[in-house]
This record gives sequence, C-alpha cells and structure tokens, in this order.
Amino acid sequence: MPERTATIASRSGLHARPAALFAEAAGEQPVEVTIAMQGEPADDALDAASILSLMTLGAAKGDVVVLRAEGEGADAALDALVKLLETDLDAE
Amino acid sequence: MQNFQGVGVSPGRIIGSVRQMPKPVSEPPSGERLASDLSPEDAVAGLKAAAQAVHDELKGRADSASGDGKAVLEATALMAKDTMLLKSASKLINVGSSAERAIWEAGASVSEMLHNLGGYMAERATDVLDVRARIVAELRGVPAPGIPASDTPFILVAEDLAPADTATLNPAVVLALLTSGGGPQSHTAIIARSLGLPAVVAAHGVDSVADGSEVYVDGAAGLVAVSPSDEQRAAATAWAETSATLAEFDGNGTTADGHLVPLLANVGGAKDAVAAAALGAQGVGLFRTEFCFLERDTEPSVDEQAAAYKAVFDAFPGKKVVLRTLDAGADKPLPFLTDATEPNPALGVRGYRTDFTTPGVLERQLEAIARAASESEADVWVMAPMISTAAEAGRFAALCAAAGIQTPGVMVEVPSAALTAAAVLREVGFASLGTNDLTQYAMAADRQLGPLAELNTPWQPAVLRLVQLTVEGATQESSGREGAAKPVGVCGEAAADPALAVVLTGLGVTTLSMTARSLAAVGTVLKTVTLEQAQELAQLALSAPSAIEARDWVRAKLPVLEELGL
Repeated sequence: MPERTATIASRSGLHARPAALFAEAAGEQPVEVTIAMQGEPADDALDAASILSLMTLGAAKGDVVVLRAEGEGADAALDALVKLLETDLDAE
Repeated sequence: MQNFQGVGVSPGRIIGSVRQMPKPVSEPPSGERLASDLSPEDAVAGLKAAAQAVHDELKGRADSASGDGKAVLEATALMAKDTMLLKSASKLINVGSSAERAIWEAGASVSEMLHNLGGYMAERATDVLDVRARIVAELRGVPAPGIPASDTPFILVAEDLAPADTATLNPAVVLALLTSGGGPQSHTAIIARSLGLPAVVAAHGVDSVADGSEVYVDGAAGLVAVSPSDEQRAAATAWAETSATLAEFDGNGTTADGHLVPLLANVGGAKDAVAAAALGAQGVGLFRTEFCFLERDTEPSVDEQAAAYKAVFDAFPGKKVVLRTLDAGADKPLPFLTDATEPNPALGVRGYRTDFTTPGVLERQLEAIARAASESEADVWVMAPMISTAAEAGRFAALCAAAGIQTPGVMVEVPSAALTAAAVLREVGFASLGTNDLTQYAMAADRQLGPLAELNTPWQPAVLRLVQLTVEGATQESSGREGAAKPVGVCGEAAADPALAVVLTGLGVTTLSMTARSLAAVGTVLKTVTLEQAQELAQLALSAPSAIEARDWVRAKLPVLEELGL
C-alpha cells in the first residue's frame, strides 16, 4: 500500500484551523486516506478526512505522521496531503 | 396592547421585531428504538441528510463570518459530517437505535474523548455537543438551538443567555436582549452592557411573545410593550438621536461644581484596554487577569503573563491601571487551582483564597505584574479579590512589597471587609468595591438566579450602607496620620448605572470603574449634579426602606435620566 511520512509544520499542531483544512482536503481526494502517528500499527490508523479523528490523534508541531491510501490516484493524493501537512497553515 | 415589566439592565429605547431563542434540544430517551416502519438503511440515510444540512448551514455562516469566529464555525461545520461521528452513530442505528438517540450517544462519547485529552481539544468538546444538538433538531424538524441566524435585525428573547452565546451574538443584527429569567447581575446583563444593547431581564412571560411581533423596549425602565403606542414610537426615535451624543465621553469625570470623580474602565485584556482608551476612559479601575488563565490546564509562565499584562498597561501610558490578581473559583473554575466538587463554591476557595491551597501561583503572578509594570509607563496598582480580614490584607501587601509592587490594595466584596474597613485599609493603599459580589454576599442571594433578582441589586439600602462604611473606614484610618484618606473606588456593575453613580459619588467613592460603553452616560449625568446634591441623594437612598424605593426616589430627583432615556 502506498504510504508517506510527513512532519507537522503548523505551529498549533494538527488542531483547529490546520486540522479543518487538512480534513477538508483529505475528504476531497478520490481515495480514502488514513493517518497514524509514526510507529503506530497500520490497523490503528484513523480516517484522515475526519476532523474529530485528527483532533484525537493529537499530533503536535514536529511530530511525524504516516499517511496511507490505496487505489487509483493514491500516490498523487498522498503527495498533495503531505505538502499540506508540511506547510505552516497557521501562518496563512 | 400587552406589557411586560422586568428589570432594566442596559438603557436604550428601541422598537423591533421579536425572535425567540429556541429551547435547548432535549435528550432523546435512553433506549429509543427505530420506528418499526423505518429500515436501518433509511434511518442512516436520513441521519446523513440531516448532518449534511447542518454542515451546509454552519458552512454558510462561516463564509459570512470573519476572524476567529470563522475558523471555529468552519471546524464545527466539518464536525457535522465527520465520518467518525456518523460511523459510530450508524453502528447504533444498525442494532436498532433511533437516529436521534444514535447521534446523541455517538456525540457524547466523542465529546468525552476530546474532554479527556484536555487543553485545546477539551475546549472543542462542547462544539461536538452543539453539533449533535443541531443534528437532532434537524431530524425532529424543529429550529436549531442557539441564537437564530438572521440577516434582518431583531430583538432576541431567551430564557437566559450563557457566556458561550456571546460568540454567536452579532451586535449588528441583534437590537436588544430580553430574558424571562436571569437577574440584574446575570451574564445577559453583562453581555448587553458590554455590547451597548438595551436589555430587560426577569421579564416573566416575555418568552410567550410570538416570533415577528413588534415590541417596544425601554432598557432603563425595564418595560417591554407589544404593539407600541405613538408615544413609544416617538421615544424610540428620540433615543436614536440622544444615543449618538451619549456615545462619546470627554475624558473628564466631574460633578457640576468641579468635584473630580475619575471614570475608569473595566477591561479583560489588551483589546478591551485599547477600545476603552479610545472611548475616553481615564484609566483602568479593574483589569481582570483571568483571560490569561481561563481554559487552560496549567499555569501560564511568568514571561507569558508579563507580556499579556504589559499589553494592557501600554494602552494607558501615564494613567492608572488597577489590576486584580487571579480571581478563580465559583463561576470561574480553573482545573489547576479550584476544586469543582465544593458543595458551595461561592463560599469556597476562590479569589485570594486559592493561595491557601495552591501557594506560589499568586507570587509568580505578582512577579510578572512587577516586571510588566517596570517596563511600561502606566501607574500600576494591584489588588486582591475576596479579602475578608485585615490579616489577609496585610499578607497580600507583604507579598506585593516582596515583588516590588508599590501600591497594593484590596477588593471589598465580602461584607466583613466593609465592616472592618479601617483595619483593612491600615494594611494597604486603597480599596475597590466589587458591588456584584458584595451584593450577593450581603443579601445571601445567588447572582444568577432570576427569582432573587429583586434582592440582588446594589440599590439595596444594606449594600449602600456597606459602601458608606467602607468610605468611613478609610476616613477613620486617615485620622491620626498625615495625608488624605486612602482612595475607595467602585468597580462593580453598580458604577455603570448613572443614577447609582451619583449616589456612590455622594457616599464619598473616589473613582468609578465600568464597562467602557457606559462612560459617556455616567459622565453626562454626573455633570448635572453638584457634590452636595449627590450627598443628599445618597442620604435619600440610604434612608429608603427598599431597593425599589431607593431607586425610584433617586431617579425622581434626576429628571435628566428620563430626558435621556437612561
């Protein structure tokens, strides 16, 4: 299954506005994307399009997360989402 | 024509059409089953449609909002169609639960999960509960809870408003606030005064007025009239003109004969302070420092506090800023300071008393204040809330001295401090009367309870007597030493009532501190009386057998109030 790691760049972590922007972007992808903290088993990965899941994940700035997706367009979706995580969304 | 009489808490005469705030959504009964004619698939589809509708409505509001409010609404909109929430609700529907009950339970467990994570996530827990209530309302086909969204201006009618409602209250659309419950010190009253909206509280029966009815509101007299008369229409038109002149304060609080009574502002942060300075405030009489601490799990660092305090001090260079140290407890709980299980929090470990159980927090706050004061040009005074004895005042003064703070003082909110004012003031440099709590404690009446509204007013002669005793204590303390009596100010809601402001001046209060929006009205009325007249009115109020008569007698002698609609 294609996967990518990304380091959270937003100052407030994956909360608040960054979480909302990321969840919305994940929901717009043609494939289902999951998110987990690095080192956590893939079975425990959460739905990346769920803002509530993102909030319970509690990823802070500098934390590394793993994104996974399968199917047509998975690679492009993951690339786009990694880029979003590695941008400081609080600064926008 | 139908009239309702309540307690006027924020002046203004206005006519507008009524919108009732929908009742809170009731919990779907535990174990409520799916209707027998509905398949789980259809119920799940119905839930998803309701969730989508709630999402669209919140998203629409987010699009027209700005700043922090917009971000919160966007996040809340996403929660409405969150897959985690809907999947767990769908599971419950598939085992036979009704859609309403399923989303209710799913929302509860997600909210609890967020709450347990603490910090920012815990703050969002209530947003999940709000979304859940909206989805249930949508499923039931009843109006969404909360303040109605509307583009046309309206008069909001509610049972009472909570602090959380302020976030969604748009003062550009809401013309006035009316509540059937609540008292003069309730959150509704405080919200109305800070936004400058006319408001009447404890107007029994006003929640039965139909949506769309035209009503006249007199926020000074406490009157609500359905189908306004011609005189009332004229009064509303006249108010529209006078209110424009009442919006400006010349920055000079004085009686007609030149007795100076500086008019100061109550502020809760830098934004308030800047706005207050722009409205002509002669300084700050109450800087509430809770904003630095609220909704936090841990104590902010000294650096962080010093920066926040300095931002307020910087709005008043060369002017007085009276800072109140942390006032946690009772209606302002803080997880790291106060015990939420106290049976009687108003009489519990709150205000200065949290230093008994959690020493160190106060000393670190004083350190931050001293640092911020040394880096700013404001004349910083520091007072402790909820002081009961001279010994506490003495200890607080010693802590201030150790931190390098020049002017320590106390809040007089507990009747014991008023009764022993001379001894208390021997220990510190000044006192400030917090009339909201002083009234609640003198009358033994909870500030938030509608049925006790009549007891809970600073017009109570007993409360005025405690104000007088405090001023007398200051005078007594000054005899036998050189120099004038130590200053006794008022920083409670009482100071914002122009008639009461005159009485307080007559009682010998030296400064009045209030929400900045009230400065102009108080300043205007104060300028119409001499100090001697104010003293006579103070005696008149003290001699009244009841709060109602005290207020009526004083108002009758101040015709300017009726002319201005105050």
